[in-house]
Parts: sequence; C-alpha cells; structure tokens
Amino acid sequence: MRQTTPSQDLFRGVWRENPVLIQMLGLCPALAVTNTVANSLAMGGATLFVLCGSSLFVSLLKRLIPHEVRISTYILIIATFVTVADMGLEALVPGLHKALGAFIALIVVNCMILGRQEAFASKKPVGRALLDAVGTGTGFLVALLMMGGIRELLGAGTLLGFPVFGEHFEPWVIMILPPGGFLTLGFWLLGLAWWTERRAQRAVPTDGTTPQKEAA
Amino acid sequence: MSDEIPVRPPTSSLRIVATLAVAGMLSGTLLVLVHQATQPRILAHKAEALRQAVGTVLQQPTTTQLLYRVDERLTAELPEGASERDFAQVHAGFDADGALVGFAIAHSKAGFQDQVRVLFGWNPRSERLLGMKVLESRETPGLGDKIEKDLDFVGQFGSASTPLLGVKAGAGSGAQQEIHMITGATISSRVVIEVINEAAADWAPLLEAWIAEAIGA
Repeated sequence: MRQTTPSQDLFRGVWRENPVLIQMLGLCPALAVTNTVANSLAMGGATLFVLCGSSLFVSLLKRLIPHEVRISTYILIIATFVTVADMGLEALVPGLHKALGAFIALIVVNCMILGRQEAFASKKPVGRALLDAVGTGTGFLVALLMMGGIRELLGAGTLLGFPVFGEHFEPWVIMILPPGGFLTLGFWLLGLAWWTERRAQRAVPTDGTTPQKEAA
Repeated sequence: MSDEIPVRPPTSSLRIVATLAVAGMLSGTLLVLVHQATQPRILAHKAEALRQAVGTVLQQPTTTQLLYRVDERLTAELPEGASERDFAQVHAGFDADGALVGFAIAHSKAGFQDQVRVLFGWNPRSERLLGMKVLESRETPGLGDKIEKDLDFVGQFGSASTPLLGVKAGAGSGAQQEIHMITGATISSRVVIEVINEAAADWAPLLEAWIAEAIGA
C-alpha cells in the first residue's frame, strides 16, 4: 500500500477522493435524501458518526478479529453504530428522523463505510484510521450539502427553511422530487469534470512540450 | 523476490465462534444502554405526535377523552395497578357543545416492508371517516411512502364511508366508500384501507355500547 502522511489521510476523502463526487459511492442516500439542506446535514452527520465509530473499533480490534469473519464483524460493528445513530436521531430530532425514514437504517449497506474498514481501518493504527474516517465522512457530508443546497434553493426557494428568492419565485418542484437528485448530481459531475480537464490543460506547457512526470 | 503468496494459518472454529459471540454481546449491551437512555425522549415525542395526530384526524375537536379497552368494554378508568400500555386505547373527540365528533383509532398491519401504523378518525353512527394519518411506516421511499405524503390520497379519507373499497386510480363509480389507490404503491395503499376496515369492524360494537352508556344516545 502506498505510504501517506496524516494530512493526506485527513484531506484525501474530502475532495481528491470524495466518496460521492469522485468514487461514486453512497449514491443511494445522496440521491434520495438531499431534497433539503437539513436532511443532507442529518444524513451526512449520521454517516460521519457511523464511519468514525466503526473505523475506531475496527482499527482497535483488528488484531483480535480472525480473517475469516472480518467482514461479518465489520458489518456487526457498523450496524451497531447505525442503530445508535438511528435511536439518537429519533430522540433528538424526531422530525428529521421521520423525513429520512428508512435511509438511516440503510447506512449499514453503504459500501463507502465497509470499504474504508476493509481498505484502511483494518490495516492502520487508530489515529490514522480516525483521520481517514473524518476526512471521508466530511467529504460525504460536503457532497450531500452541495446537492441539498442546490435542490432546496431551486426546488423550494429556501435554504435551511429560510426564504431566499422572495415571494415571486416559482419553485422548480422537480428539483425536490427524485429526478431533481439525478439532475443535480449530473450537473455537479459535469462541472467538476470540466474544471478538472481545464486544470489539466492549463498544466500543459505552452511551448508544446509534454510536462515531465514528478520523480516518484 | 519470491512469487509465493504467504499462506495464512487457519483460525480455529472455537476462536471464530467466540469472536462473533463476544462481538454480538458487546453490540447488544451497547444497544440496550443507548435504548434505555433515549427511550424516555422517544416516547415523549411519540405522545406529542399522537396528540397532534388525534387533533388532525378528528378535525380539531374542542376536547378529547382517552378510553381504554378493558374486558371488551370501554372505560376511562384503568383497573387498579394496571399499566395503560397493556390496554388498547381510543380517543373520543367532542365539539364545543359537548357533542361527540368521533373516535380516533390506531391500528397496524404488515405493509410492503414493515408494520404500517395508521390513526383514523371515525364516527361509528354515521360510518363516516373524519381523517387519516400514518403514524409509523417504513414503506419504500418514493413509492410506498406516498401513503403519508400524497395529499390527494390522504385527503380521500376525510369524507369516505366505511367499509372502504380500494379502486384503481382513475377508476371507480364515485361512491363514498371508494378510495383511489396510488399507482406504484398498490400494496401500501391497500394496507391502509384494510387497517381501517379491520379496526372499524373490531371497534364498532364497543364504541356503540360506550355511546349508548356514556352519552345515552
């Protein structure tokens, strides 16, 4: 495995390897519950909590968990934290809990979380595993907020429930319906691909020579 | 450099079973602790949600009275030492003149994914519904959950007569008993109709007896 620094572990998942916008993981909740910023915040926060808790325990217990049952044990650990998040949200913010419905429980099958346990937390010390979890969870939260912000703004004319455009604004209802999720994600991916390509083109020297690769 | 893949020694069955058992016990213990810590707040939220739902399905009555089903009759008083969680309940709603508006009845039934719990307002004398609200449901997001989010579907229960009859969207003869089901959520919408029909048939004799006894009508 390529050696990384702690800051790379922390920031890698936020943008360069963002789980939703780059790796295309966790798209089910990203499309389904991002019709408002509040829903995006709650889902992103719950996923961040589950990711951090799971990575902490998987990294702590990695030497005690037999290889043959590691996936079963990871899923048990993840399911425990998802249930804790589910009960916590129901007790603290019942309205949001009801709005998110079955998607809180479905965090268990979010491949992003199991993927980080298998690929990183089970091989690294606790501190590095936590940094990776915080970075990846924050990246997921950022992606959900990017989608939720656009969808609520255009679909309801509000941000976090506060009116933005005034009373003459006619909401684009489609944006808070399921097609709005696909449209918003599609436009974000389009914009990011354009930006990435533009940066790559600017990196090419103007004299026509190809840029030399950095020394490994 | 050797091309051989290192062979991992097999783990004993006892250790595998012990690992999963210990992990399960620790997980269960944590969940019990969190459940005990959060349950009072969750129950308080549910009670408040139920109070508001009763007001909605009974079309905002002036007063309500909680009745318990004890030994196949309705009573406002619980037997001594009994817990209210052991008895089925209905809420009777009254208008400003003290006249009975109807009863709010909660009932549940297995839906497409999990139990669907419905509260509905009903007047057994006129056999008319006053309203319906889904209290708990884990039906498919975007499809089955329309039984609580589709206002056209929910609105039909404000004036329908029992027993309800589910018909396809756009079909039917326009009778008061007909409820147009949701396309793509047929099972979930049928469950709501069945919940109301079953509960109305089950509670009707008790409600009639209570009206005759308590109100004397």
